[in-house]
Amino acid sequence: MARVKIPRKSTALDMTAMCDVAFLLLTFFILTAKLRTEDPLHVDIPASSQVLVVPDDNIATLSVGHNKIFFGIEGTDVRKALLEEMGTQYKTHFTPEELQRFSVIPTFGVPMSQLHQFIALDEEGRKTFNQPGIPVDTTANNELASWIYQARLVQKNLKNQDLRFAIKGNAKDEYTQYKQVVDIFQKQGINKFSLITSLKSK
Amino acid sequence: MAELDTSGGGKHKGGKIRSKKASTRIDLTAMVDLAFLLITFFIMTTTLAKPKAMDMVMPDKSHPDVQLPVPETRTMTVLLGSNDKIEWWIGPAGSPTHTDNFGKDGIRKSLVEQDKKIQATHGGKDNYMIVLVKPSDKSTYKDFVNMIDEMNIAGIQSRAIIDITKPEIALLQRDGLY
Repeated sequence: MARVKIPRKSTALDMTAMCDVAFLLLTFFILTAKLRTEDPLHVDIPASSQVLVVPDDNIATLSVGHNKIFFGIEGTDVRKALLEEMGTQYKTHFTPEELQRFSVIPTFGVPMSQLHQFIALDEEGRKTFNQPGIPVDTTANNELASWIYQARLVQKNLKNQDLRFAIKGNAKDEYTQYKQVVDIFQKQGINKFSLITSLKSK
Repeated sequence: MAELDTSGGGKHKGGKIRSKKASTRIDLTAMVDLAFLLITFFIMTTTLAKPKAMDMVMPDKSHPDVQLPVPETRTMTVLLGSNDKIEWWIGPAGSPTHTDNFGKDGIRKSLVEQDKKIQATHGGKDNYMIVLVKPSDKSTYKDFVNMIDEMNIAGIQSRAIIDITKPEIALLQRDGLY
């Protein structure tokens, strides 16, 4: 009886197709990627059944929670111009380097008096820095009101757009914290804004 | 996989030097490894679930003297109390109140029922229900968002967020919701 000889196959695979797929996926993810920004203020957003997506530009976000308010605005050029304006208003000078460094900070919650110190920190230092939130008091010209007002002016001057606002509130906190922000909005005649929510699973 | 050229060099017998034909196949393993590593990195760092926004419109406060008359019989006043509880009534202050909670059988049902009732008992073009939401200091932001959401679901267009008054807080206190 003749034995059937099984031809020994090479263990090397053709990787071409796999490589193609891998790079296709890679390209897709690079193009769609928007790096996750670490929120300095941890807020647990409430759920709603709304499906409107938050726009990527022309928006300022106010994070409200744990009796602190943080402010964030999209666009590096807007941030730069905004800090310059705030410097003029509060009579403190920001160097071009400080403006450059500030333009990459997505959200912050420090009073004007600590801003120089905060900007001077590196990224790691900012994460551990205990940010007290932007001061809000009952007067019409508190710091948060100034940030909001100047941000609107800057957006209008630079991009000729009416800046939109979104509030990111912590679900478990009292309504009064949110009310503080809305009061400031209403004093400036902003009657339309968005509340950031997560999609409710039905 | 990783193939090494082990044929050794030199030692050509007969002196005839033949150039070796190199294979056009390249080992792609390392390239694929790298590609998948990068894919993993990008998957991990991207935000997949984009946050959703809910639009809010507040009444204009710049002209406090201009007030639209609100027919009391078409008004539903909703007070947001503590512990995710709601108190509501139809009509003027002092009407019998109802305590409710959030959810499908709670305020949503009440909103739809009362809206239907008001539309049935009122004639004319403007017979829709007006909802006044008055969040108390003890209510949470979540309650407030839920309330707006319920009104969106029930399709109530005319609504307003109003500051709570002392007698209304007293009402909440009476029912143990403050």
